[in-house]
Amino acid sequence: MWAMIVKEFLELRRDRRTMAMIIVLPLVLLVVFGYAASFNVNDISTRVVGPRADQVAAELRGPFDVEGVDPAADEAAARDMLRDGDADVVVVTGTGPSTALVDGSQLFSAQTAVAAAAKSDGRLRPDVLYNPDLKTSWVMVPALIGMILTFIGTIITSIGLVRERQAGTLEQLAVMPFRPSDVIVGKIAPYFVLAAVDMVIVAVVGSLLFDVPFIGSPLIFVVGGALFLFTVLGIGVLISTVSQNQGQATQLALMTMLPQILLSGMIFPLESMAAGVRWIGYLLPLTYFIQIANGTMLRAAPISAQWIPLVVLAGMATLVFTAAVLRFRRDLAPRRRATPPSGPERTAPLAGAR
Amino acid sequence: MSRGEEWGAWGVTVAHGRHLALDEVTLEVPAGQVAAVVGGDGAGKTTLLRCLTGAARPRSGRVAAPSRREIGYMPAATGVWRDLTVAENMEFVGSAHGIRGKEFQRRRDALLEPAGLAHVLGRRAGNLSGGMLHKLAFSAAMLHRPRLLLLDEPSTGIDPVSRIDLWRLISQTAVDGTAVALATTYLDEAERCATVLVLDAGRTLRSGTPDEVIAGVPGTITAVRTPPDPDLAWRRGRIFHAWHPGPPRPDEQPISPDMEDAVVAAAIHARHTADGNERGSR
Repeated sequence: MWAMIVKEFLELRRDRRTMAMIIVLPLVLLVVFGYAASFNVNDISTRVVGPRADQVAAELRGPFDVEGVDPAADEAAARDMLRDGDADVVVVTGTGPSTALVDGSQLFSAQTAVAAAAKSDGRLRPDVLYNPDLKTSWVMVPALIGMILTFIGTIITSIGLVRERQAGTLEQLAVMPFRPSDVIVGKIAPYFVLAAVDMVIVAVVGSLLFDVPFIGSPLIFVVGGALFLFTVLGIGVLISTVSQNQGQATQLALMTMLPQILLSGMIFPLESMAAGVRWIGYLLPLTYFIQIANGTMLRAAPISAQWIPLVVLAGMATLVFTAAVLRFRRDLAPRRRATPPSGPERTAPLAGAR
Repeated sequence: MSRGEEWGAWGVTVAHGRHLALDEVTLEVPAGQVAAVVGGDGAGKTTLLRCLTGAARPRSGRVAAPSRREIGYMPAATGVWRDLTVAENMEFVGSAHGIRGKEFQRRRDALLEPAGLAHVLGRRAGNLSGGMLHKLAFSAAMLHRPRLLLLDEPSTGIDPVSRIDLWRLISQTAVDGTAVALATTYLDEAERCATVLVLDAGRTLRSGTPDEVIAGVPGTITAVRTPPDPDLAWRRGRIFHAWHPGPPRPDEQPISPDMEDAVVAAAIHARHTADGNERGSR
């Protein structure tokens, strides 16, 4: 038995990734759950409009965090602000009690805002838009689409590519008359198509089963989804280039998925997280896809309100996918830098030839 | 190059970091011949073939090989897609080389019939026996009629009958004019080839025709029941063959070595010489 224990420790010591998971993962989970796991929203981004805007803004207390006051704006403008994600609550003032227009697509902020309005002795009348019944499923379905795409993009893609390496067929592909780009695109395209089909299925089934609306532009959703898919597929390819077998690829893919699920705002609201952890959320592609999916499906946010997450995703997609392709290409075809594939015969004199 | 062409690697050195995988190794692969590369694990056989495919970049030396479209390669892991059927594997390789339609069918049948695979077109490659898998890999590597065929341990791990079948295919390929280079650990296979290159830890121990390699055995080999020095002997059936670097002693009856004796003796000689040099330098 002692020999078994020693052998197991020796193997573990050499399996650095498993060791990293054993040591680093509990620390990560501790930090994440300690600083990020909070459903309490203490500050709700709020704007106040209408003739009594200045007076009402001065009266508003926490959790409403007044970020802007515009006495000249009317209710239509207030609704636009909410739709565009400029604020989670817009208070419309008039002669009677003020109306707090609440963005129901920001579930936890909305719940907190409704609860706070209920304690205002009738001075603030809440009107929840985009998710009037504050259903969790309406917020979760757009986020789940992102999570499913992440799963396919990273885990399935990396496993598929590593399987090719493990079976020795990647070596065969390197010798066949393919350009590296043929191999990379050929390997990734099926996963891209499958993930895209999955995206549509989940969106449709989610809408049918949970009555989640899709009121925005399908084009923005598709573009956002495609950019997000390129990013997660790129992560999958990158993982495959540093993994020797499918177990390693799965391990690494899970390590990239976990922070995305926990820190993207999918489960815990970003605004509730400690600033020291929140910035990690802003580095994750799922954060931006959720913003796009949420804005498009629930609020019909126009492109002018969605360009930031779209541009960030485009940047991430370019960066990650380029890195992935370069690494994959290096693994696949070291010689092709030196020898054109179309050459009729290859007689390659090399340095030091005799 | 035209027919009568000669592919190969001349004075090739390949380094993996500080480790020399190949040290000034030369392999000539003329058209219509089979050139064998033999050696133990880590000898550099696969690296040498990878130099010819272009997958390994030599630090120095010269490599002459046709373009990728004219190279057929069968890696040690067969390079067959196990989740595809026999037919699908051939179709994929055919598509990669732009061979389609009737021409593809004609070539596929011409390869799979003699390989005994024509009746298992719909079977997944992962469900084939080891011998069938190797023959499928060979057929796929030959589908586009390469000018240079590179086979990395094509018969390792397959049964003797399948080995005979596979060798029939390899021989026919060479007869048809293809230049064939194969890495193998089976010395009886090497003995059938036109030339043999013996590698050990990336260095050339011997090269030439099988007769030249056997004739070039240094020292003396004898058959003994009890080896005088176990480090200089190897088992052959119920007896041992023993080697020493000098000429035959008066009481010794040297044997006629075969390829196995020649390669083992060359390896022992290399080690013996290296040990001697090491002792001398201390």
